[in-house]
Amino acid sequence: MSNEIEAIKDPGLPAHVHRKSDTDPVAEKRAERQVAILFLISALGTLLFIFAYYFIPEDVFFFFPVLGNTNAHQLFLGLGLAMALFFIGAAAIHWAKTLMPDEEVIAMRHTMRSADEDRDALVATVKERAGAAGLGRRSLIKRSMGLSLGLIGLSPLVLLRDLGPLPGDDLTKTSWKAGTRLVTDPGDRPIRPEDLEVGAVAQVLPQHFGEERRLLSDIAKDAVLLIRLRPEEFQLSPERLSWTYDGIIAFSKICSHMGCAVALYEQTTKHLLCPCHQSTFDVPRAAKVIFGPSARALPQLAITVDSEGYLIAQKPFSEPVGPSFWERST
Amino acid sequence: MTARERVAGTVANYVDERTGAAKWMKKNLTKVFPDHWSFLLGEIALYSFVILLLSGTFLTFWYDPSQREVVYDGSYVPLQGLHMSAAYASTLDISFEIRGGLLMRQIHHWAALIFMAAIVVHLMRVYFTGAFRKPREFNWIIGVGLLTLGIVEGFLGYSLPDDLLSGTGIRIAEAIIQALPVVGTYLAYFAFGGAFPGEAFIPRIFTVHILLLPGIFLALITVHLMLVWYQKHTQWPGPGRTEKNVVGYPLMPAYMAKAGGFFFIVFGVTAFLGAVASINPIWLYGPYNPGQVSAGSQPDWYMGWLDGLVRMAPPLESHIFGYTIPWNILIPGLIVPGILFTGLALYPFIESWITGDKREHHLLDRPRNVPNRTALGAMSLTFMLVALVNGGNDIIATTFHLGINQVMWFSRFAIFILPPIAFAVTKRICLSLQRADRELVLHGRETGRLLMLPHGEFVEVHEPISPELAWKLTAHEQAPALALEDVDDRGVRRAGGLKNKLRKRISQANAETIAKPTLNDLKEIEHH
Repeated sequence: MSNEIEAIKDPGLPAHVHRKSDTDPVAEKRAERQVAILFLISALGTLLFIFAYYFIPEDVFFFFPVLGNTNAHQLFLGLGLAMALFFIGAAAIHWAKTLMPDEEVIAMRHTMRSADEDRDALVATVKERAGAAGLGRRSLIKRSMGLSLGLIGLSPLVLLRDLGPLPGDDLTKTSWKAGTRLVTDPGDRPIRPEDLEVGAVAQVLPQHFGEERRLLSDIAKDAVLLIRLRPEEFQLSPERLSWTYDGIIAFSKICSHMGCAVALYEQTTKHLLCPCHQSTFDVPRAAKVIFGPSARALPQLAITVDSEGYLIAQKPFSEPVGPSFWERST
Repeated sequence: MTARERVAGTVANYVDERTGAAKWMKKNLTKVFPDHWSFLLGEIALYSFVILLLSGTFLTFWYDPSQREVVYDGSYVPLQGLHMSAAYASTLDISFEIRGGLLMRQIHHWAALIFMAAIVVHLMRVYFTGAFRKPREFNWIIGVGLLTLGIVEGFLGYSLPDDLLSGTGIRIAEAIIQALPVVGTYLAYFAFGGAFPGEAFIPRIFTVHILLLPGIFLALITVHLMLVWYQKHTQWPGPGRTEKNVVGYPLMPAYMAKAGGFFFIVFGVTAFLGAVASINPIWLYGPYNPGQVSAGSQPDWYMGWLDGLVRMAPPLESHIFGYTIPWNILIPGLIVPGILFTGLALYPFIESWITGDKREHHLLDRPRNVPNRTALGAMSLTFMLVALVNGGNDIIATTFHLGINQVMWFSRFAIFILPPIAFAVTKRICLSLQRADRELVLHGRETGRLLMLPHGEFVEVHEPISPELAWKLTAHEQAPALALEDVDDRGVRRAGGLKNKLRKRISQANAETIAKPTLNDLKEIEHH
């Protein structure tokens, strides 16, 4: 007995097993009827679809278990379409599985690699044709062609230049100026300190003049959150403390991480939370980041009151609001 | 000849005299396709794409891609009188005024989710069975390209309604562009036609969403399918199946009917979901306003892992010479995804470098027989899963009454700890399954029948397995590790020593396996 290792042998493709519908005419007839019934169900589905489109009013709602309160028009339109489509598929597949030939066949593969003579012939042809074009010889043409093709590749970049203006110092500025009144959003009403109770939060915008509606791109930088604490709760530097007024502190509402609106204020912990990525800011400590991905505190807006007792900005933001960018210097 | 055959003959003759298609058609109508449920996954992706084209075209008839401000006066009472973009208002109109509009919107969105899910599961099938090996590396790369484009296309698609949720998503995308060193703010201002949000972005991404990307999709899918056709489909090992043949059913008629029927099944199921399962109810979110946000903001699932990575990033930011580099955005938003997708695209080449195998492969691997590849796949999936879970950390925290910080800290550690554990566990499971296969071939199936021997001992009767199953379990190759010498035959150290050392180590780990049973083993057992 030899010591050679013998692998287990391939027994070859097993013999084909006939289906019942191949041998029994009764089973064949039954399969045929089943396929026809499936096609008919699809036709019924289309009829339901058409009926729903024209005859079920759009404002009828009814309670359907699991789905809850459901619009009848939408539901039956969709169910009709689903039935119409699904049962065409079911019929075709049932037809293929029961009545169409199901004998496995074997086809041969060929390797992807071309025959050696074909490859050699190709190389020879390419060399000969390239030689005829003089690609190797005419270096002047080759280089000037390289230059022109390289340059023309720049033209789309040039053409795309007018997609937008250059940013300039746009990202570092907001509409807040010294003396700008804080107005409620929504409502655009100037507010007084006494409008805010301790523990309350309000979203404000800079007062806006003129007929035009406020631009969304202005709101994207101007939105500010007012929070009123008891003055003794602040843990601020004297400078930052002078930016508050009677326990009211103002922060940019635009997250210093990725620009979402920092909209969740938890009264008990005095934390501001951004719902997008959960950066958490501690209000009494000048919105310092205490958790999450943001690397910077929310910019604080210096506020005070004007002669009529309305809240105003002392001065513009001292740093850019919103997410970081390359030119931002801190 | 019946009248019908005469008409068919005339038409066929007319076409063939002008195209010479008869020869090609004859050959291809009998083309053989192997059958297996896992080969349907790519088909689901293809059919979902067709559904997306059909339902998407319907939606464009009413959708107004404009950020011009309008006052809503449609039939949805809670939003009446509100200022909003024409894009949002027209999406509301599609949902409430156009009969079948909501159905088509929901079919479109469901089809997009199914499209992406089918692509991912199809990719897993191709990966775990080794279907990406030579000669199919090009198709693998095209597939990775389709996956990447699909993520972008999906994101642009759900951004179009310009509701509060999707506008928040655009805001985050803008922050990622803006975070790029040197060119970030310029690119952001070009993309948005000025400051965010402006009025240019929605019309622009509309063109990209309905023209540019679908065009590229169509071209790539065509090449993808032509290569499948030309290279012939892979097949599972089994009796009668070799690297040189393909065993299956001819295209006409059974395969045609099955594949065509399956399109209707996929469309039918998508339509059913569109009918009964509400998706992206934009009227609940309200129009976009950069000063507002809704709690529990979540992207679609195929973006969730990216959002999860961004959420768990540590608060790192560099300030150098008056410039800012926000690592907390760049690392999770661009660098890690870049590494992941490049690695994914290059994987066929990496594996062939490790195994030194440059041959064509048409028989699929059973995942257990390639433990390292399977383990690496499980590891990558674990990484993505932790990231995805963290993308829903707020939902998880509120659902299970956990602190958001707890969930985040769990993810921050788990993203490093769980993937290696998944690797080790998966590799052990694969080797155990190999052992079980060996046991089955050598000792047969346990029948559950107990036999009492004359001297009172009980034994369980084992039944030998069929030769077909024995072949299936042993048809795979077990290649030894690469023999890479550190020195050449003259005793000189070879160049690239460190690279060779690495390759050798990986190759050795790769070759770790349970020897498959041979006829010799079987004969030996018979002797006992």
